[in-house]
Amino acid sequence: MHCCQPADLTPRLFRVRCGVTMGKAAVPLVKQMLLDLKLIEVPSWTINRLLFPKSTFHAICRGRDAYYKKYIDVKKGGIGGVAMFLMGYVVISYIWGYSHIKNDRWRKYH
Amino acid sequence: MNLSFFDQFLSPSLLGVPLIALAIMIPWLVLQTPTNRWLNNRLMTLQSWFVNRFTYQLLQPMNLGGHKWATILTALMLLLITINLLGLLPYTFTPTTQLSLNMAFAIPLWLTTVLIGMLNQPTIALGHLLPEGTPTPLVPILIIIETISLFIRPLALGVRLTANLTAGHLLMQLIATATFVLTTTLPSVALLTSLILLLLTVLEVAVAMIQAYVFVLLLSLYLQENV
Repeated sequence: MHCCQPADLTPRLFRVRCGVTMGKAAVPLVKQMLLDLKLIEVPSWTINRLLFPKSTFHAICRGRDAYYKKYIDVKKGGIGGVAMFLMGYVVISYIWGYSHIKNDRWRKYH
Repeated sequence: MNLSFFDQFLSPSLLGVPLIALAIMIPWLVLQTPTNRWLNNRLMTLQSWFVNRFTYQLLQPMNLGGHKWATILTALMLLLITINLLGLLPYTFTPTTQLSLNMAFAIPLWLTTVLIGMLNQPTIALGHLLPEGTPTPLVPILIIIETISLFIRPLALGVRLTANLTAGHLLMQLIATATFVLTTTLPSVALLTSLILLLLTVLEVAVAMIQAYVFVLLLSLYLQENV
């Protein structure tokens, strides 16, 4: 005998969904991995993970920690990890300000 | 369309988010917390050495009551030095060129030091308005002058940081434009200006670090008077 509630699309943040089979533990929708979701749950999962500041903050933290562990927190770290980060920052700043920078191009008549 | 050299101080936006938001967030990403390991990685060791050294240097002359400010002053110093140095990279935005940001740092912190002094030790705090050994006829004028200098402090703090960084960036852009324009017409003069640009860049790196240090040092001095 299992409890089976229909997938509810009302926007409630941490709605606990009962497992369909007896063995599956109940995990909040937001904490599930993307590939474990049913198709119908993807939109609400995306909204919760991308648009809410707390989730975005945690995503940035996870990204930063992953970069740190891979390139900086190593036995013989060099300038590479920091240099890559700074280059990425320069590139992102260029893309961010492109509409402003394109007016400064080298041209004959301004 | 008129291009102005001050266009670099306008924060460009992408999808409604200004670049200044990214520029202010970057120090948080750059500065990591050391772990609980006995031996951290090289970058963390350097960072911890710098933070400890700086905190020791700043708080050594201060009374015990001022030691509560260690976290905020060190954090402010790290933020300012990171923002200033990152602003020297090409195409990046320097938030500390905006007077609004620097005044937002200077005024609340200065006001806190003054209020701490006035609330905890009002006699001593007011006594600072008259230096020792002043000749009697000069006393009224000097009190007025010292009061004015007290109220000018936050303005000076904010404007000093803004003006130094803005002037540096502007000068670099001017000399770079001159070098660029002269390359086709007078290459030898362009070489000279590019040498000046190189020296100026080195100066700007020094100014970026020194201005951040001066800002925090002056705040600690104002705190020392009132604590």
